[in-house]
Amino acid sequence: MPLPPLTAKGVVIGAEAKDWRAAVRVAGEALAETGSATPRYAEEMIRMIEEHGPYVVIAPGLALAHARPGPEVLKDGLAVVTLRTPVPFGHPHNDPVTVVLGLAAVRADTHLPSIAAIANIFNDPGAIAALVGASSVEQVLDIMGVDG
Amino acid sequence: MKIVAICGAGIGTSGILKVNAERVLQRLGIEAEVTAADIGSIAEVADDAQVILTSAEFVDAIGRTFADVIVVQNYLDTSEIETKLEAALG
Repeated sequence: MPLPPLTAKGVVIGAEAKDWRAAVRVAGEALAETGSATPRYAEEMIRMIEEHGPYVVIAPGLALAHARPGPEVLKDGLAVVTLRTPVPFGHPHNDPVTVVLGLAAVRADTHLPSIAAIANIFNDPGAIAALVGASSVEQVLDIMGVDG
Repeated sequence: MKIVAICGAGIGTSGILKVNAERVLQRLGIEAEVTAADIGSIAEVADDAQVILTSAEFVDAIGRTFADVIVVQNYLDTSEIETKLEAALG
């Protein structure tokens, strides 16, 4: 089961973000860098959280930012952002966030296998700490199981 | 048995929940169909569901239902999902 496409351009290490919106924007910029989404996609991801709350913080320290498939998505893709300073998203149990994943999906129904691959990586309780400790893009790609 | 995982967009978080719920169900030896869906389609998808898996934010929006609504805090903690599914199904 392959991950959504993740390349070096989709990795940002030690990003400075003053709040959760800024953190999601970094992930959005990375998705735009990789050509997976337009720059506006970041605002779509922020809007999902404004609308539905911080449920995207799916586990302690980990946010899976994403919006619905739509015109802002150009192709399937993934971004991995580690934050220099943990940022609260307002989640009652899983704050603060240290790793933000940005996910862009062209279609809702066909990309479930790639979501399963994300679950596989992060079902390992050490994965988040390993990402936070990574000091190079190559290390991040390695933890994510991607050949740099 | 039908189980529905609900999130805002129906593509990301509910997908993780679906995958991990399927793992747990397999471990428990329970046959069930798990669907991931967005909160907007709750009326159609959850009509005949026995269990709805979601996070606290969506409980109000799910509204009245005959299904057991299970709130999951850590989507990646299969033991949490297992404990809560067992309690609901047992």
